[in-house]
Amino acid sequence: MQTFDLVRASDRPAAIAAGAESATAQQGASVRFLAGGTTLIDLMKLGVERPERVVDINRLGLDEIRKAENGDLFVGATARNSDLAHHPLVRADYAALSQAILAGASTQLRNAATTAGNLLQRTRCMYFRDLASACNKRKPGSGCPAIAGANRMLAILGTSNACIANNPSDMAVAMLAYDAVVHVQGVAGGRQIPLADFYVLPGQRPDIETMLAPGELITHVTLPPPKTGERSVYLKLRDRASYEFALVSTAVAVTLADGKIANARFALGGVGARPWRVRKAEDVLRGSAPDERAFRNAADTCLDGARPQSHNGFKIELAKRCIVHAFKQVTS
Amino acid sequence: MTSLFDAAVTASDAGEGRIAIKLRVNGQEREVSIDPRMTLLDYLRDVLHLTGTKKGCDHGQCGACTIHINGRRMNSCLALAAAHAGDEITTIEGLGTPGRLHPMQAAFLENDAYQCGYCTSGQIMSAVALLSEPCGASDDDVREFMSGNICRCGAYPNIIRAIQQVRRDQQKDAAPQPAGA
Repeated sequence: MQTFDLVRASDRPAAIAAGAESATAQQGASVRFLAGGTTLIDLMKLGVERPERVVDINRLGLDEIRKAENGDLFVGATARNSDLAHHPLVRADYAALSQAILAGASTQLRNAATTAGNLLQRTRCMYFRDLASACNKRKPGSGCPAIAGANRMLAILGTSNACIANNPSDMAVAMLAYDAVVHVQGVAGGRQIPLADFYVLPGQRPDIETMLAPGELITHVTLPPPKTGERSVYLKLRDRASYEFALVSTAVAVTLADGKIANARFALGGVGARPWRVRKAEDVLRGSAPDERAFRNAADTCLDGARPQSHNGFKIELAKRCIVHAFKQVTS
Repeated sequence: MTSLFDAAVTASDAGEGRIAIKLRVNGQEREVSIDPRMTLLDYLRDVLHLTGTKKGCDHGQCGACTIHINGRRMNSCLALAAAHAGDEITTIEGLGTPGRLHPMQAAFLENDAYQCGYCTSGQIMSAVALLSEPCGASDDDVREFMSGNICRCGAYPNIIRAIQQVRRDQQKDAAPQPAGA
């Protein structure tokens, strides 16, 4: 591991000022915020992350989970994944979020990992994690060996000819379906970024993954109040029953009225360069009877434009079946 | 720069690039000067010589390094020691002693819940933490909650048996005594 200065930020402005000294908040950042460390320390050991300064943000009081005055769910940036998954408000009103978090990683990791850290976790593409390989995400312009290599786990949506890495988060998939908003604080003030706009598609610069600018600190995430009568579920398909990243996953939330679908929202994990949501696919469902034909239609629309690689073509049909199955489960 | 930060964890007089911190391990406070790169795992094993905590993958994938931080189980390989000043750290050595085993340690012995033993301290630290987590009653629930601890010998059936035995014993102890008993 490359050596670094470890500092504990005394307050938020200090953390932001320290972060702003980096030329980028993306790959190659010289300053990194340390929360749970489950991604950052792992990648520092591999040499993929080489910050010169690490700023501990664990004692800034950013770990609250509560109902906000406007009815939103307020989730602090350093709230632990375990605490969020088991929180009574989350279990009651955002079931798919609780299920998504518990479907990811292990208890040990969830006890350390945080909300913001989960959103910012990096791809598990093995070429990204291996310094001996070229990787456009780690070293722009060096090439993408995954395209002609081992790509079974990787993305089929939102990819480019420079990068086919997938976003590994379960939590972010559920948050995306629930219309989460990311709240950040920077040197120039705060801003709110809908999670749907937070991740940037790889294009020719896969090293740029989010909207974050140097110094911008995620302070919390909000989820709008639950919709009356909405039922939700998270379904994750993977090679092992537990402690494994998704081949395909989906967070599905549906409201029925008079035997018809009044509203549906869903997002996909494991298949996209970012957590994947297609509004048009949700529109397809509105007003339909909750049956297999409608679900299949929505699934077809959602996977429209999917681009399989040499080893992961199966993900297209698997994703469609995952969507249909989750919708059946939640409407039965 | 120093004025922006808590002086306790900035490099001060601890030596070039080193950090002076206080760590509480198994109830004892230790003052140490360490390299910021040092993980809790390496600190426990190489500095304190508490070698019950094991290094398996060193990347948070195997669970052999599981310890308790403020009562919650975590992978010590993914924790920077210097970031845990003031936290209460418990290792397998703080759980029981050969003459006075923790009930979970005794149950692992009784149920032959290991073969080579390398993963065992991590398994036991996870199992003890599980007792106070919202884990369901079935074997499947326990398997799910223990999936962060890999055993390459495949002692899983007996590990589950040991954990379930301790949980049953705890429930018996917690159950109200019948009237007149």
